[in-house]
Amino acid sequence: MDPRLEIIDERLKEIKRVIAVTGGKGGIGKSLVASTLALILSKLNNYRVGLLDLDFSGPSTDLILGIEGIYPKEEKGIIPPEIYGIRFMSVIYYAQDNPTPLRGIDVSNAIIELLAITRWGRLDFLIVDMPPGIGDATLDTIRLMKKTEFLTLTTPLKVAMGTVKKMLAMLKELNLPIIGIIENMRTAKSPSIEGQISGLDVPYLGTIDFDENLESSIGDRSKLLETAFAQRLREILLRAPQFKLEVNSGA
Amino acid sequence: MHEWALAEAVVSTALKAAEKERLQEITKIKIVMGELQQIDAEIFASALKEVILPQKETLKNAKIEIKAEKAVFKCRVCQHIWTFAEATNQLNEEESESIHFIPEISHCYLRCPQCKSSDFEVIKGRGIWVDSIEGEQ
Repeated sequence: MDPRLEIIDERLKEIKRVIAVTGGKGGIGKSLVASTLALILSKLNNYRVGLLDLDFSGPSTDLILGIEGIYPKEEKGIIPPEIYGIRFMSVIYYAQDNPTPLRGIDVSNAIIELLAITRWGRLDFLIVDMPPGIGDATLDTIRLMKKTEFLTLTTPLKVAMGTVKKMLAMLKELNLPIIGIIENMRTAKSPSIEGQISGLDVPYLGTIDFDENLESSIGDRSKLLETAFAQRLREILLRAPQFKLEVNSGA
Repeated sequence: MHEWALAEAVVSTALKAAEKERLQEITKIKIVMGELQQIDAEIFASALKEVILPQKETLKNAKIEIKAEKAVFKCRVCQHIWTFAEATNQLNEEESESIHFIPEISHCYLRCPQCKSSDFEVIKGRGIWVDSIEGEQ
């Protein structure tokens, strides 16, 4: 018997909502949306927010937020350090700058270990940055973090749309809560995806335009929050009823 | 004291097994302690004692048996088999501690001694495992 599986619910019990930021393809902005979402939420309504980077082979939320030089405390488990108002957990504490060449079974084992020993405490939101696709991390999120709601991301590109449709089909078949879909990196020439997803019965939350200035704000959270990208994400977050925030938009 | 978290996991597993099998009392828990996770046996045993304490009804007479298991690796590329004892000289203190928290991190720091690949399997001795739970209905 794997004892770790029996303690995960206990570890997550003081977390009100778990939101996994997910999408079919890499490079569509999942880590940026997850990191920025965590930052925005941490500044709203005194929300207590955690950020868990489950993209073991390409962790990047630390790079996006400019997190370095911190380490979890060991106290009856591990306590994620709080930085910029976010309790932050990532494999980078242990792998550092080294590559993490993990096969599926190892990914799964590492996720189980992290979930079994991390003491998040009370959180209003745990944002999970997912690796692309419907592989081990997604399957384990579904299996182990039963309260997870899925925020799906796509770009207008056909290849991104093609894979996100498969992911949504799987989530719907399993009857899992989907907050909705955000269209990221839209350009003036992009075709509208709204029509394409209308048959999927998934809330369309809005679009975020391709932001040329975003790259220069990577690693600087204050600059990041000032980008058009972050402001648009904030608007979507405050407007879409699917996020069920208990705040007024002036917060 | 990350051993505490694992001790809680073991007790939680035992209590759930008792509930499922309708056991009034658990008489024995057999735990395997894989070498790779480098659990401090004394800390783990004392954490286990403390976590068990409030569970007087079900666990007061439970005998805890902890068996250490050597870690063995098998390279997926060249099929070479080696032990953790042979590999520890590849690790500094920080790397060793990282593996202690997440044994899969061994793929960052250990290599097959024969072909230098990081694509190996931990065939034995990864971490804490509950081998069996015995009790009375």
